[in-house]
Amino acid sequence: MVALSVLQERQGQVRLKGDTPFAMECDKDSQAGAVSQRACVFCGSRVVLYPVADALHLVHGPIGCAVYTWDIRGALSSGPELHRLSFSTDLREMDVIFGGEKKLYRALIELIDRHQPKAAFVYSTCIVGIIGDDLEAVCKKVAEEKGIPVLPVQSEGFKGNKRAGYSAACAALARLVGTGDTENISPRSINILGDFNLAGEIWMIREYFRRIGVEVVANITGDGRIADIRRAHGAALNVVQCSGATMELARRMQKEYGIPSIRVSYFGIEDMAEALYDVAKFFGDPQMLENARELVREELSKLMPELRRYQQALAGKKAAIYVGGAFKAFSLVKAFRLLGMTVAMVGSQTGTQEDYQELQEIADPGTIIVDDSNPLELSAFLREKDVDVFVGGVKERPIAYKLGVAFCDHNHERKEMLAGFHGMLNFAREVYESVSSPVWRFAPRRQEVNHV
Amino acid sequence: MSKMPPYAATENACKLCKPLGASLAFRGIEGTVPFLHGSQGCATYMRRYIISHFNEPIDIASSSLGEKHAVYGGAANLKQGLDNVIKKYQPRIIGVATTCLTETIGDDVPMILAEYKEEANSQLPELIHVSTPSYAGTHMEGFVAAAAAAAGQLTEQVDKHDGVNLFPGFVSAADLRHLREIMDDFAIDAAIFPDYSETLDGEALAEYPLIPKGGTPLHKIRAMGGAKLTIECGWTLPEKTAGTVLAEKFATPLARLGWPMGIRATDRFFAELATVSGREIPKKYRAARGRLVDSLVDCHKYLSGKKAIVYGEEDLVVGLVSLLVEIGIQPTLCASGGKSGRFAEAVAEVVADFAPMPQVYEDVDFYDIEQQAEELEINLLLGHSKGYSFARRKGLPLVRVGFPIHDRMGGQRILHLGYHGAQNLVDTITNTLIAKKQDDSPVGYSYM
Repeated sequence: MVALSVLQERQGQVRLKGDTPFAMECDKDSQAGAVSQRACVFCGSRVVLYPVADALHLVHGPIGCAVYTWDIRGALSSGPELHRLSFSTDLREMDVIFGGEKKLYRALIELIDRHQPKAAFVYSTCIVGIIGDDLEAVCKKVAEEKGIPVLPVQSEGFKGNKRAGYSAACAALARLVGTGDTENISPRSINILGDFNLAGEIWMIREYFRRIGVEVVANITGDGRIADIRRAHGAALNVVQCSGATMELARRMQKEYGIPSIRVSYFGIEDMAEALYDVAKFFGDPQMLENARELVREELSKLMPELRRYQQALAGKKAAIYVGGAFKAFSLVKAFRLLGMTVAMVGSQTGTQEDYQELQEIADPGTIIVDDSNPLELSAFLREKDVDVFVGGVKERPIAYKLGVAFCDHNHERKEMLAGFHGMLNFAREVYESVSSPVWRFAPRRQEVNHV
Repeated sequence: MSKMPPYAATENACKLCKPLGASLAFRGIEGTVPFLHGSQGCATYMRRYIISHFNEPIDIASSSLGEKHAVYGGAANLKQGLDNVIKKYQPRIIGVATTCLTETIGDDVPMILAEYKEEANSQLPELIHVSTPSYAGTHMEGFVAAAAAAAGQLTEQVDKHDGVNLFPGFVSAADLRHLREIMDDFAIDAAIFPDYSETLDGEALAEYPLIPKGGTPLHKIRAMGGAKLTIECGWTLPEKTAGTVLAEKFATPLARLGWPMGIRATDRFFAELATVSGREIPKKYRAARGRLVDSLVDCHKYLSGKKAIVYGEEDLVVGLVSLLVEIGIQPTLCASGGKSGRFAEAVAEVVADFAPMPQVYEDVDFYDIEQQAEELEINLLLGHSKGYSFARRKGLPLVRVGFPIHDRMGGQRILHLGYHGAQNLVDTITNTLIAKKQDDSPVGYSYM
């Protein structure tokens, strides 16, 4: 069944735990016609920069790219909400023929006057790369006139995959870092990279760090502010979550400012605790480590009694995971294990060789591991493994639902807090509420099983 | 048409892009896989957007162009993509729509498809194509162009037959099902096209279908040229539509009507069906009309003199305005991101004798709409979900209609058309206004 549903050209991107050699083919362009779940370079950039709430995000191109990314995410702001608006130069035929630079200039001036942003990101889309608009020059001119950073984001959709978009976003952020004042920053300070403040998660993470005695300089980019990002080079450590979305910025900051970085995940009990311990260990402060242990003890004592109820109800159930970044997949595998569930399938849009190797190591025998999958494959895997719940994003949801499989949204659109200790409980509850719903009893899949 | 400042920037657009409309239209043809020739992102973003409204899987293939294809042309990827779609989906038809990227690099899709057919050594599915650069027109132009392209490319010379073509436009899945019922009740052998009522609002399944069942059957489409009449709905349609293509190619008679929304437009629609079928309007619909009129009387005190802003696709807005003025609501501002050039004229036509002419704006965004609305007295908004933030800031109720509805469930099941659709809208609008009055009242009446 697995073999049947996978195109020959994609056979190297579907593996089973236990395959020898395991070697996953990945980080390659999507197969034409395969209906990949991936988006494009622009999407990668937009995902990273979207939550910067006091910046203007102007999409230079025809209307589609801007309108499909208008207020679609659960990334919250504690103040300005410019990021929730959609701005486009809405290029028309004449602009394509004669060039869009003039329109871009006028649009920038108009919008900066209208909204008074602290900076502007200008995203290039597919055709901007083709018609040859000089984004850099227009941005420079407007920056000089308006006295704010105006940053081109080289995110032409076709110039690679989502990872290339991460890279373009990091390049834009890197131009901001180092331009602010770093006075009065504590030596025990960090930047949070790769958390996007979905449902307010970064507020909770910041509160954890505050409790153990760490100052957060900049959120990159959840509830992000331009002024904070400009002084991010004053922090002692970059704490990086998420598979590579902001890793490149951390690398640049290491090279340029000598700021080391550690990789963490805030999802699941083990990984959340580990993140706090790792930061405390980095600062080599026994009191901070003790604070972290105390915090974990305290949170777990609140959490565990409730979690146990879900563990009992969910023990032995089977999960499937398909997410954007592989790092989230690691955490999800561990989180399901904590709930007593098994993971029958796990995959990502943008994992690397090392990511898949690690996934293979933590996965149960026989688990399907897949890179850059598509609806036909995913639906075949769900059926073959007879899973009870599927974790993914909006594009995966109807696949699960159509087949009568429970679902948990773990993507950028979600409105539920799933990170941290509290988030683990929300996650368990959400999985439980979906899996235990009576509606599946009426789904054809279960009626077959029950011979109703 | 009223004047609007000529802003360079678009803020919170009131339109979507052209290939999205083409994908929806292709999805309404039996056995068809929509295929976008461009970057992978276009297909994925549009899938996500369509899913958010229909809550239904939609597989849209992509030629997934990369950097070297943008330089040397996308032909090889398009062909490889077609190979893969044929292998995996075994479609009867692949509907190829271009994007701004492939239009700008100048890929000649008809030529590439001709080459592909020549090179093929096995039976191919039908390959149809439409040009949909998103810098020229909105999702509505894409929808209409894809339907016109399919009507041109899939039809064959056939003998005249007794069937009728019905081209309703971009209506809801519930609307399509209702139209099917109406045609059946008139015993009209109808080709309703495109028809995504099942493909985008299907049943729960045990197996994921390669291609969902439903869609206008291919044999029906093939024979559309021989129909005794094409009924094409829409007030603001462009020169070239599926209806005009058939008229030109096969001399199929064409009747252009507005959308059957509200009483007058639905009356005209039913009159047309009665004529073409040679039958009386079935009792069911006469009774529904009677109940509708009765309910208008019951509702009128809650509606009379209320003022509304209506936004969205031009045809939908005109249809809603036609209904609103019949029930005593004054549309004060009509807005669309579309730019047909026919919008104001169509609004004028449906409000004549009923209400003063509202302000009408085409090619505007929500920033413009809000600016213009500043000075207006408004009680109600009608349109899709993207007006919610405006409604919330102003404390105004929003009646959700059209597409996209991604902050409520069941957008695909909203019935807008016919007497039944009008009844649904009238009840919804009235209850929305009653609820607003009730919620705002310090008294807390439980009897309104």
